[in-house]
Amino acid sequence: MEAYLDNSATTFVCNEAADEMLNAVKNLWGNPSSLHQKGLDAEIYLEKARAAVAKKIGASKDEIVFTSGGTQSNNIAVFGACNALKKRGNKIITTSVEHPSVSKAFDRLEAEGFQVIRLETDRFGLISLSQLEKELDSNTVFVSIMAVNNELGTIEPIEEAGKLIRQKSSAVFHVDAVQAFGKLSLNVSKIGCDLLSVSSHKIHGPKGAGALFVKKQTKLVSSVVGGGQERDIRPGTEPMPAIAGFFGAVNALETEKSLEKVRKLRDEFVSSLEEIDGVVINSGKNALPYIVNLSLPGYPSEAVLNFLSDNEVYVSSGSACAKGHKSPVLTAAGLDSALINSSLRVSLSRYSEKEELDLFINSIKAAMKIIRKK
Amino acid sequence: MNKVILVKNGELALKGLNRSTFEDILVKNIKRRLKSFGMFEYTKAQSTIIIKPTGESTDFEGACEAVSKVFGIAAFSVAATCEKDFEEIKKTTLDFLSDDLKAVKTFKVCAKRSDKKFPLKSPEICREVGGHILKNLPFLKVDVHNPDLTVTVEVRDKNVFIHGNQLKGAGGMPVGTSGRAALLISGGIDSPVAGYMMAKRGLVLDAIHFAAPPYTSKRAEMKVRSLASIVSKYSGRINFMIVPFTEIQECIKDNCPEELFTVIMRRMMMRVAVRLAEKQGCKALITGESLGQVASQTLDAIACTQAAATIPVFRPLIGMDKEEIITVARKIDTFETSLLPYEDCCTVFTPRHPRTRPTVALIEEAEGLYDFEPLIEKAVSETSFEWVD
Repeated sequence: MEAYLDNSATTFVCNEAADEMLNAVKNLWGNPSSLHQKGLDAEIYLEKARAAVAKKIGASKDEIVFTSGGTQSNNIAVFGACNALKKRGNKIITTSVEHPSVSKAFDRLEAEGFQVIRLETDRFGLISLSQLEKELDSNTVFVSIMAVNNELGTIEPIEEAGKLIRQKSSAVFHVDAVQAFGKLSLNVSKIGCDLLSVSSHKIHGPKGAGALFVKKQTKLVSSVVGGGQERDIRPGTEPMPAIAGFFGAVNALETEKSLEKVRKLRDEFVSSLEEIDGVVINSGKNALPYIVNLSLPGYPSEAVLNFLSDNEVYVSSGSACAKGHKSPVLTAAGLDSALINSSLRVSLSRYSEKEELDLFINSIKAAMKIIRKK
Repeated sequence: MNKVILVKNGELALKGLNRSTFEDILVKNIKRRLKSFGMFEYTKAQSTIIIKPTGESTDFEGACEAVSKVFGIAAFSVAATCEKDFEEIKKTTLDFLSDDLKAVKTFKVCAKRSDKKFPLKSPEICREVGGHILKNLPFLKVDVHNPDLTVTVEVRDKNVFIHGNQLKGAGGMPVGTSGRAALLISGGIDSPVAGYMMAKRGLVLDAIHFAAPPYTSKRAEMKVRSLASIVSKYSGRINFMIVPFTEIQECIKDNCPEELFTVIMRRMMMRVAVRLAEKQGCKALITGESLGQVASQTLDAIACTQAAATIPVFRPLIGMDKEEIITVARKIDTFETSLLPYEDCCTVFTPRHPRTRPTVALIEEAEGLYDFEPLIEKAVSETSFEWVD
């Protein structure tokens, strides 16, 4: 038996998504911009997909721009908005625990002359609203806060943040919702955001598709030029098979029902973990149930991860994008280096089964017997 | 226009009676390296090896690049060939070198006439060809003492070769003329550089990598394999060995004092490596140690490591600074691969406070706490082999 417990890195493609993809590859190969019937067929389908994504986050159809995925959505949002806003002010705010596709974009803007505020977090990666309130002023033009932290699963208070941002400033508000989409109910007007990023391959869709919600009237300066597709925000012929797979994956979502299932799994899993000597849970009680970050102090993550992998149990240490670098998120959250060096992220999906988590638990018990402490 | 590569041997000229053996090995090495670039014909003449493309689809540029990495070549040039007809010589010179000539201000012509029957003598060839160049490219000046470009016209028995400035070769001695040695390769910056440097002195390389799964990963192994593959662009194909080292490391961890861990581990590596080397016909080991770089590379620690080896251990980086090592690593293109962040077996159990001045007596006492011999034999017998190139 194998246990794939790295669903925050990526997920397998579900049947609903695969069926749509096959159909698109075979039948929807027309260019949605072409004026003839072949193009029109593709365009009609594309707009159906757009409406489905919009509906999931409470947006209107013409506020959805298809992108290549989370990284591209975040890049377009941060660079596009800040470059459009730089005449109005130069203070921009984010958190110290963002995904690199946001944090590195802010680093670059800082080098270009923006004043960047990185909100500190508590030990679970949770930002403080009072610090945000203090930093917001009339010079603040852009704020980016993730909905769910990718390593700890912490749910950030984006609705409250949205309220503060509107009260205290006229800043554009971006939310990186890649880890939240399909796992929590999201509504862009309740959040009060202007931009929101989502991705297909984290919800059992294929890689290569994602979307950016762009609220009407939000100005973005695009650095790519082309044939005007996706409102010129992401020009280029739309990748129909990937978008079709995304569409299939969105249609298959049952956000609330899945959350309940995963919450039960998680609660049982965490209480079993708490019974094992030498296991420390790093994720907070209120974290998104899909992500459980834990440490086995003394046991290097890489060794445990390799051991688990040999036993067909797949988890990650830090985030998969960083390939072995020490997690900047856990460092920013102020975790002890003994906890960081031994941390593992177990991430679930709605398809996860109790047997997989049991296998994980047995495997770390075995690992702790075999692997020598550092 | 027909082009050839003219290879000038480096130190080979010094080697007296061994010279022809050395030259044969060099030609063999070049042949093997150029195999993937098409068909070539090789001729040896007057301390020059002439490499002439024969097939239709030869990658001449690729071949030149590959030749620049073959040890034992001091310099080489890319030459145009033509018939021994004087008008032909003038025309070919201008056709072949006009781009080079347009990029410089001064030039001279140098003629070498080994075919004494050729009607024009060397000074006349220089004068005529030089005059022809000046007539067609009047902005150039002749400078016989310090020219930007030297145009060489070699009139040999069968053909004429025309070329510009010589290109620097990789230097050193042909791989295989010094014997065979085994490189201990970890995945860091240093060991691939050490291998490169010893291959340059004519050694055929084997590589020994110590893997400690699950502490080290398959990706770490892949990284080391790609480092060996980069080194093989210079050394020729490498017999790449992977030693399963986990059990030995765990036994050291469980049975020996922590502060001596690294030195004991390195002595175990030596013992395994010596046995593997002897099996493969390698007469020495090569390591990337540099004096004082880390606790296990102090003089005392190296003395302890050395004491466990019964064949010579070459440490070509011993007197180099990290910066100097990195410069070579960048030059041979191993640096970026070396930086990939995977755990390697040397860092699996790093002691908090390693002993920097251990003695052999102290270490032998510590090693006596456990019978490592069966584990060493087991590691040697379970070592895997593959060719990397």
